[in-house]
Amino acid sequence: MSDGSQAANQGGARPAKRPNTFLWIALAVFGIVGLSLNAFMRPEGMAKRLSVVTTVERVLVEEAPAALAPEGSQPAEAAAAPTATAKRKWVDPDDAGLAAGTLRRVEGVDPISWETRESIKPSEAELLAGEIKPGGPVRIEPSPIDSLGIWVAALLTLFILSFVYRDNPFYKVAESILIGVSAAYWMVVGFWSTIVPQLLGSLAPEVVRAYAMPSLPVSSTPGLDAALAFVPLLLGFMLLWRLAPKGGWISVWPIAFVIGTTAGIRLVGAIEADLMRQLVAAMKPLVVFENGVGAAGEAVRMFDFWGTVGSVVGVVGVLSVLTYFFFSVDHKGAVGKTARVGIWFLMISFGSAFGLTVMGRITLLLQRFEFLFTDWLNI
Amino acid sequence: MMRRTIPMLILASAGLLLIVAKFSPFTVSWQETVLGWFNILAAVAFVLGAGNLLAVNLEQISSRRPGWAYAAITLFAFAVTLVVGMFKVGAVPNGMHPDIHLAGAHDVPQAPFGWIYDYMLVPLTSTMFAMLAFYVASAAFRAFRAKNIEAILLLGTAFIILLSQTAAGMFLTGWIPEDSVFSFLRLDVMKRGITEHIQTAGMRAITIGIALGVAATSLRLIFGIDKSYLSKT
Repeated sequence: MSDGSQAANQGGARPAKRPNTFLWIALAVFGIVGLSLNAFMRPEGMAKRLSVVTTVERVLVEEAPAALAPEGSQPAEAAAAPTATAKRKWVDPDDAGLAAGTLRRVEGVDPISWETRESIKPSEAELLAGEIKPGGPVRIEPSPIDSLGIWVAALLTLFILSFVYRDNPFYKVAESILIGVSAAYWMVVGFWSTIVPQLLGSLAPEVVRAYAMPSLPVSSTPGLDAALAFVPLLLGFMLLWRLAPKGGWISVWPIAFVIGTTAGIRLVGAIEADLMRQLVAAMKPLVVFENGVGAAGEAVRMFDFWGTVGSVVGVVGVLSVLTYFFFSVDHKGAVGKTARVGIWFLMISFGSAFGLTVMGRITLLLQRFEFLFTDWLNI
Repeated sequence: MMRRTIPMLILASAGLLLIVAKFSPFTVSWQETVLGWFNILAAVAFVLGAGNLLAVNLEQISSRRPGWAYAAITLFAFAVTLVVGMFKVGAVPNGMHPDIHLAGAHDVPQAPFGWIYDYMLVPLTSTMFAMLAFYVASAAFRAFRAKNIEAILLLGTAFIILLSQTAAGMFLTGWIPEDSVFSFLRLDVMKRGITEHIQTAGMRAITIGIALGVAATSLRLIFGIDKSYLSKT
């Protein structure tokens, strides 16, 4: 650390340069006035969203007695059969089975209806307007919740971008929200996609089927599945023991299991998918010919100069880079020269990867700006 | 025994089982079972992460350390997302089973959990990644110096790749006919040659090296030569 910065840290130096307050106030006023004019004065407005609202209704039905009756039995006998044996399901009130009489509504159970919403832009609504019949189950209406979402997304985007200037409270708020939301999001995804169907679904399949996942597949060996599910349950509790102040070694068992599983998967995968396939892909003919048509229209094989150059470059590149990675031999003489060529190949590869990465990030940035200008500002 | 031998046995058994399962059709179901356990433990690890997040942030709030308000915001965002997602608040009913609330879809844009994903998580993460454009460019500007042949190759390649993907690249060399002898001077042709031949060769060698490294590390772990994961017990 320099002497100047040491003095600054000790409090004896000049204070840090402060931003021009007037400039920031002017910028804020200009921004608020501009946004207000854009939102309220322009007919298109800002962050406008509409919803295509569809009303969905379901009724509980069961197979009609005639459909349940065994062949040769009388309709009266079938009608007298207990309906508890009939398979019940929820269907659309316009279901063909109800009209044909193979299904009948279960008495005493009210239909259930709800609305599904699909967010659209006003320009999309104009295209859809002709297809929607008045009084039908589908209608278009303003969607304040989606408009609010556009505002929230735009402000959070600006908060993050403000870090380009310097670290500030807006950025920190957005960063804190990101940490909290993403931690909970992945926990919820893990719970509903793995813990419920695979763990709880094995331990108590009937409960899971009744209260959360009616379409959970029925296992042919439920007892064995339940017994086996106790292993990850136990390992999971042992893993959570890491949060306890004592007995940290208990969590090493599940960690050892995770490492062992990863090692087993990666060992096979690395050899099969990476090593073998890459070696096979590298073994190509050095001299390349391509099929062409001769002067008399006959099929001929023509020497492909650039194809041959590409193949030679590919093989030389792989061998020279592998030579550079081979540290058991001193990089001297022919080995050293080959390794140096390998470094050149690596540098070109890194330069190319760098260029592609930067362009990828810039594309993401442009998408964010596109969102701000089109979805939010509606310019 | 409990702290070292059993974990080593667990690791070796799991690893060897998955290797054997690759070569034996009789153990495919074992492999599926073990991978199912692995997925469950990975999901439990999120709970562990959440517990750690709670502990760190609650400690920061209770001790009123600088920035405790941001810790409170983190916890608030965490709690809201968790409750909304776990209990499927506002989920769209399942068409086949509308009477079972938890069977509904909570990850569609209409549901609050999907709303949080669409309007908070996606913009935040994509803007965060987009910001890297500034920092990569800034770091490159500071670090790249054409002081030797390796640096010149790296810098020159990056320049060609970047230029070839912009309108300027087409403006500068787009007039060279594609079927002429000098077509290799076109930036798009140069980019294609670099990525298809030179970068592919370099990355292929790196991939082979990584594969050998992964295989060696896996074997060291499975056979108990590498015990670094036991070091904190």
